[in-house]
Amino acid sequence: MTSQSTLAIEASGLRKAFGGTQAVDGVDLAVRAGSVYGILGPNGAGKTTTVRMLATLLRPDEGEARVLGHDIVDEADAVRSVVSLTGQLASVDEDLTGQENLVLIGRLLGFRRSQAKARAAELLEAFDLVDAAGRLAKHYSGGMRRRLDIAASIVVTPQLMFLDEPTTGLDPRSRNQVWDIVRTLVADGTTVLLCTQYLDEADQLADGIAVIDHGKVIAEGTPAQLKASVGSGALHVRLLDPEHRPEAERALSRALDVQVYLEPDPAALSVGCARPERAAEAIAELARAGVGVAGFSLGQPSLDEVFLALTGHPAEEADVSEEPIASEEEAT
Amino acid sequence: MSTAPTGARTARDEQALHAALASRERPPRASTLSACLTFGWRGMLKVKHVPEQLVDVTITPVLFVLMFTYIFGGAISGSTGEYLEFLLPGIMVMSVLFTTVYSGVALNTDVTKGVVDRFRSLPIARSAPLVGAVLGDSVRYVLGAAVVIVVGMAIGFRPEAGVGGVVAAVALVVVFAFGLAWVFTTLGLLLRTPNAVMNAGFMAIFPLTFLSNVFVDPETLPAWLEAFVDVNPISHLVTASRGLMAGTATAGDIGYVLVSAAVLAAVFAPLTVRLYRSRS
Repeated sequence: MTSQSTLAIEASGLRKAFGGTQAVDGVDLAVRAGSVYGILGPNGAGKTTTVRMLATLLRPDEGEARVLGHDIVDEADAVRSVVSLTGQLASVDEDLTGQENLVLIGRLLGFRRSQAKARAAELLEAFDLVDAAGRLAKHYSGGMRRRLDIAASIVVTPQLMFLDEPTTGLDPRSRNQVWDIVRTLVADGTTVLLCTQYLDEADQLADGIAVIDHGKVIAEGTPAQLKASVGSGALHVRLLDPEHRPEAERALSRALDVQVYLEPDPAALSVGCARPERAAEAIAELARAGVGVAGFSLGQPSLDEVFLALTGHPAEEADVSEEPIASEEEAT
Repeated sequence: MSTAPTGARTARDEQALHAALASRERPPRASTLSACLTFGWRGMLKVKHVPEQLVDVTITPVLFVLMFTYIFGGAISGSTGEYLEFLLPGIMVMSVLFTTVYSGVALNTDVTKGVVDRFRSLPIARSAPLVGAVLGDSVRYVLGAAVVIVVGMAIGFRPEAGVGGVVAAVALVVVFAFGLAWVFTTLGLLLRTPNAVMNAGFMAIFPLTFLSNVFVDPETLPAWLEAFVDVNPISHLVTASRGLMAGTATAGDIGYVLVSAAVLAAVFAPLTVRLYRSRS
């Protein structure tokens, strides 16, 4: 059992409703200091709302939480001074240059002008933004904006950082850059709470994962435990002819003896399978059954498959937006 | 080092990042005054980077100066020169009041773009972004007034009270704008998009400036309309500005303006701060 002092976040029974929608419905979390903790779930599952409560931007309807020992409601100011938030929208000021964005945050955190400028220069260098320092942020690419956003979050290196879907919408190169930045942050002692829709991302970065659906934690564990419960890998097969899918389904389930998942693409199937040699046998079985295969790959199970395994239904997006922009939820 | 061949960070990058993260220096918390001034600085940077926005709001008043002076001036006052003396202080007021709508638009933009989340997660006074933004907008207000006065001077406006009178008039209008801007920041937090704020703002401010004494002497209006124009605070602001520029201002007019500005600020500033604090 971990002692209280080593927990960066401890939350119990957090609940928050918007209008008639119960966005977060009793979330408990225990995040060890110095680790990366992933919250995995589809859009609208309650990830953002949970993070916004922990970052003191929203007041919970019920439940309580302590962040680095400070109560998120009664000691909100103390929480704010040790955490930083990188929200889902890269929250940079588009009408300012990259350098001005960082100086602005530095000044607001209490640095003198010269200190704020020196810190901005250091961060621009570290985040590979020196050439773009004098350009307005609205002209930045998605990856550059995200890097500037993260740089703004560490003007004062925080003890705890909330990262809400940091790579959604980024190209693979920018995604790798962001992942490297997160790894460096953690290596240097910052605790990270990471919200993501990608099992892959949680697997790459997180030490512990909570899977969240309809505002509730439905599974929790290390990536290895989670993958073990889901099947640690998946064989994805695409057929030449969608007509053959029923035969392919039978052949695969015969070869691997597990449930086959029919993907939205009518020519595609996937099936839990960890070892390459078993996958090869399964492909051979398809050939014996006379099913033409257009392509196959062995990879991580998708979020859909995780959800299928955990809940019996695929991940579905909530049909209402999690936080209607104009809703004025009274926090007091 | 890196897991993927593409986008791999070099060892040098990694070192720079470690160096940047190694500094765990935490400065003493910024005072509320310093935070407000920093937000004011941000507002001024925006004037520098997005001057189009200022042009957008001042072009209408400038066109009005030219149109009304040359087309209607003779008919209304007998000569374009005389009408210009009457019209210009009013248009200066109009120009500044139009600019106040942008205080609400800018706040709404911050909300929709997520910048507000960043500010709200910082350990600063929660009113600082709002107070600072309105302070920073004073630069815009002064520029809006200056553009109209310069155009007026170019076509023959010669205020009786000289530079002192003009400065006093601009100062009075800016003080009133500080009060009025809170109405639009409230609107900025209630509506969904920057465009909605702009439309609603102008739908309010446009008729209010026309239903004042900016363009004509209210005595020429039907009695019911004259009654409205007489209580419209914008009329009093225009009368006071005219008075200051002509050297005939009364304490009553100036007092009415200051009181209405204070009332607007007293009602809408706390309302804005409240809405801002309780945003979901």
